[in-house]
Amino acid sequence: LFVAKPHLTNVFTGDSRQKKYNGDASIVARPQTTGEVSRILKYCNEKRIGVVPQAGNTGLCGGSIPIAKEVILSVECLNEIEYFDSISGILGVQAGCVLQDLQNYAAAKNHLVPIDLGAKGTCQIGGNVSTNAGGSYYYRYGSLRGNVLGLEVVLANGDVLNLGYNPSHLKDNTGYDLKSLFIGSEGTLGIVTKVAILCPRLPRSKCAAFLSCQNFEQVTKILQMAKMQLGEILAAFEFMDDGVLSIVKEKVALPLSEMYPYCILIETHGSEEDHDREKIERFLTNTMEDGIVLDGVLAQSLSQVEDFWKIRESCNPCVAEEGFVYKYDISLPVNDFPLFIEDIRNKIPPEKALRTCNYGHVIDGNLHCNIVELGNFKVDLELSKSLEETVLESVIKRGGSISAEHGLGQYKHIHLPRIRDSATLSSMYAIKQQFDPKGIMNPGKYLPPQMSSE
Amino acid sequence: MKILVGVKRVVDYAVKVRVQNNTVDLKNIKMSLNPFCEIAVEEAVRLKEQKVADEVVAMTIGPKQATETLRTALAMGADRAIHIMTDLRTDYMELQPFAVSQIFQKIVEEEKSDLVLLGKQGIDSDCGQTGPMLAGLLDWPQITFAANIETDGTSMTVERETDSGTETIKIPQLPAVVTCDLRLNEPRYATLPNIMKAKKKKVDTRVAEDMGIDLSPRNQVLEVFEPAPRKEGIMVEDIDSLIDKLKNEAGVIA
Repeated sequence: LFVAKPHLTNVFTGDSRQKKYNGDASIVARPQTTGEVSRILKYCNEKRIGVVPQAGNTGLCGGSIPIAKEVILSVECLNEIEYFDSISGILGVQAGCVLQDLQNYAAAKNHLVPIDLGAKGTCQIGGNVSTNAGGSYYYRYGSLRGNVLGLEVVLANGDVLNLGYNPSHLKDNTGYDLKSLFIGSEGTLGIVTKVAILCPRLPRSKCAAFLSCQNFEQVTKILQMAKMQLGEILAAFEFMDDGVLSIVKEKVALPLSEMYPYCILIETHGSEEDHDREKIERFLTNTMEDGIVLDGVLAQSLSQVEDFWKIRESCNPCVAEEGFVYKYDISLPVNDFPLFIEDIRNKIPPEKALRTCNYGHVIDGNLHCNIVELGNFKVDLELSKSLEETVLESVIKRGGSISAEHGLGQYKHIHLPRIRDSATLSSMYAIKQQFDPKGIMNPGKYLPPQMSSE
Repeated sequence: MKILVGVKRVVDYAVKVRVQNNTVDLKNIKMSLNPFCEIAVEEAVRLKEQKVADEVVAMTIGPKQATETLRTALAMGADRAIHIMTDLRTDYMELQPFAVSQIFQKIVEEEKSDLVLLGKQGIDSDCGQTGPMLAGLLDWPQITFAANIETDGTSMTVERETDSGTETIKIPQLPAVVTCDLRLNEPRYATLPNIMKAKKKKVDTRVAEDMGIDLSPRNQVLEVFEPAPRKEGIMVEDIDSLIDKLKNEAGVIA
């Protein structure tokens, strides 16, 4: 049950994907059942020991990395698939199931898990739920808030709550929707031990196109045309700029021979191959005839669809390998993307080898803006502060979000007082107090330390 | 030099097939261009780009939907295409390599092709027989599993992959039949402008049953079944149990 050896804890205390955060812990608990989770939390609550819940440890804001030698509670041993109903599509699983394993399981049963992200081979569903993970299919299949039908959670005092983890029905309006609180609260209110998620049917026809265009205005135009002309088959629409692609192309082959300012990846899901193909080809012809798309390729097989996604999913890891990354995950009206990018560019000192890499789920208005200092892995604290201030200002004045999907963790929570009114913040603290009065759940994260009394 | 490239419409490489009624269930399944045929098309187009070949003709044998496969080949750079229509199953269940190679023979003779490029095998039937049979029927030299091709349009040097290494064969005088293996090249993507252009390229249609060839299968498929699922690994307690299992159960050590 317990792992106390330092060399083994490195796996849990290091930030596997970015190498940005490093915590310190001497105990990693790996319970095998909900009962064990309950006993551990009850004990830690009595002794006032901080607990860091951890699933796949792929978070990008250090939310699962300990700060001050807290006990890491990993759910990775809670990895059983408990239930699947092929008529409703409800999948009931334990929190430590790896997302890709669930995707493979669902596919074998002709269904699809409604989220997909680059970290799928490592991230676990409990973590996805606790961070309200977004991913590439948000537009088509909706957010986890809509697709999670029920949870089993364990509170700080060891109480086990069944919040609709009852895989037999979809609609239920009986009482306060407590499970919503646990979606996206990053382990600060309790630990998610089971998830019932609604899976749509696997599309019979899947297609993808990789396109290029000259500027961001055209990206926006193509997006609108896609929504209108592809209609119900549009499943994903991602963009990447030449900043990130110039780095990715060193590791992953790009389908277009020339480098263009912007590239777009479109995926469609439908029930009839011929119908979808016709729609896509007509849409592509229109964009080319209008001169909006400069060049592009249409996948001729499922392998080529995977090839296109490999490019998009390599953006994050490839950039991380080049140097220290000043990373921003924001929501903005799509038309404001270029204005925001301009604001950032103006703040970059020309003497530093900094490259801006912009990519993301543009269809959701979600921009991943990464500024990497090529060849240097040490953070420049002054630059970090100035960039961050620019990001905040630029986003807040446009009514956007400073964390579209990556969450708050131990990094972004300090900005909460600037973006939330005091009444809202008070309510959040009240909820935290209600569920975790002793403050043992993921301390130092998500909510900034309160300024007022205490 | 005129090149004839065979392209086959097969179950997409990424699909996990299922067996239903003693046959592979092809209902609503994603079909694509056979990966080895894709490599053959790429090689043919490269030879044209190098000005060694002056025409690349793609040919497929299959149902109405097989035109999609031809369109991929045309989008990759083939000049025109020939569609031999048939509703017979082309995954070995009905149409088999001997009939296929006879169809190719007829077309090669009509087209007066100088080089036939085929994929080394279809990923559905895994036969690898059409190339050699065709060469036999035409009485042409054959080189299979080509990993590198060099030609000036008259003679050809091919490196072929074998289990024991690479073999280099020289054909002093074309024509010849060459089947293509994985390492020959990296096929290009079909770009949008080329996909649009492909729509205007010529596709001639013929009916397989009207070609005066006996299309009946030579071999009868007795049974189709999925391979036994891989047995799960087990954990052993210590080295002695491991040795015991390797010796007495797996029989891999004396």
